Amino acid sequence: MKIIVNGDPREVAATTLSELLAECGYSGRVATAVNEVFVGSSARIDLALADGDRVEILAPMQGG
Amino acid sequence: MLLVFAVAAALWGLGWVLDVPRRSRIGVVAGLFLVVICLQLLLPDGHPVREMTGTSPALWLLLAGFGAVAVFYGRFVSGMRAKVLNAEREGPAKPGGAFSDTELERYARHIVLRELGGPGQKRLKQARVLVIGAGGLGAPALQYLAAAGAATIGVIDDDVVENANLQRQVIHRDADIGMPKVFSAKQAMEAQNPNVVVRPYHRRLTEEIAAELFADYDLILDGSDNFDTRYLANRVAVAQGKPLISGALSQWEGQISVFDPQFAGPCYQCIFPEAPAAGLAPSCAEAGVIGPLPGVIGSMMALEAIKVITGAGAPLRGEMLIYDGLYGETRKIALKRRDDCPVCGAA
Repeated sequence: MKIIVNGDPREVAATTLSELLAECGYSGRVATAVNEVFVGSSARIDLALADGDRVEILAPMQGG
Repeated sequence: MLLVFAVAAALWGLGWVLDVPRRSRIGVVAGLFLVVICLQLLLPDGHPVREMTGTSPALWLLLAGFGAVAVFYGRFVSGMRAKVLNAEREGPAKPGGAFSDTELERYARHIVLRELGGPGQKRLKQARVLVIGAGGLGAPALQYLAAAGAATIGVIDDDVVENANLQRQVIHRDADIGMPKVFSAKQAMEAQNPNVVVRPYHRRLTEEIAAELFADYDLILDGSDNFDTRYLANRVAVAQGKPLISGALSQWEGQISVFDPQFAGPCYQCIFPEAPAAGLAPSCAEAGVIGPLPGVIGSMMALEAIKVITGAGAPLRGEMLIYDGLYGETRKIALKRRDDCPVCGAA
């Protein structure tokens, strides 16, 4: 399935958002959005991804 | 006649050597010419003294006439100049009062904006804004807020200016190295716009002082450089119901959002429930940051602040804008409040 992660298209095996995070090597402490809408961490396990979904994975930044 | 000029020049030179004030020297020389004119008028024609000092009073009177005109003109010009300078220096206006002509001219480009106008500029003139951090994000945010005429700007930071800051923290200058950042920033802001009041706090934002400090301001801008301060600022802003404009960056990428609990939007901790484990989110010192990036995000923070203060347009409430400088991309995501958020969820 083709998913756009942080603006870059990539081929993934994951079918849910939490699987995608694991596949991309992210720990749990990130914020996620699918198709420009925020998805809380508790909703990630049940969130099924569809072909062409745009996923944003945001690591908190501290730099100022 | 030449003899008289020579004597005048000698008197002037002597006075200069003896450090006699200019005014007295002018008096002495004027006295000499007056004596000569009197001699010309009183002594009979052909008198040797009169022969020596120029034979006719007419020439001397003509010269005196020219002198008088020159003095009068000089007085007139310097009088006009003083008048203009006084008008320019009518002193910094008091925050909150009516606009002076100088202020109206300064903010003319704001006032012509339909979304801002006179009422918007008036709100800026009454606004009290606190900026956390006078570093990369604080630099442009502070400069633009001061330039825009935000009445009172508080700035809190416990750092001093370091050489390695100056690649991006453009409010500080080379000569400021070693000076507390808040004082260096205050100088730059007052130089930019003497009409704003800058309150510098050279200390770290801590749990003990945060509530009291935030209470003095209407709006908080967070441009700090660590997660502890970010979570603290968020907790206190939510508790006091004040909008928090949060900017953050790393290397080539920045994030900005307006967390405004009064508008039922999420808070910082709704989006980032936990700080990453130490070492996973490096600081600017560790990871590096491209110089103009804080300029982009910090300026956006100032712009969002102006929108929140004046009610213009739609601030980034409940939204996060992500700017990827390396690929010149911006993305925006809609944020949602988390019901189980320990900071704003129970409210």
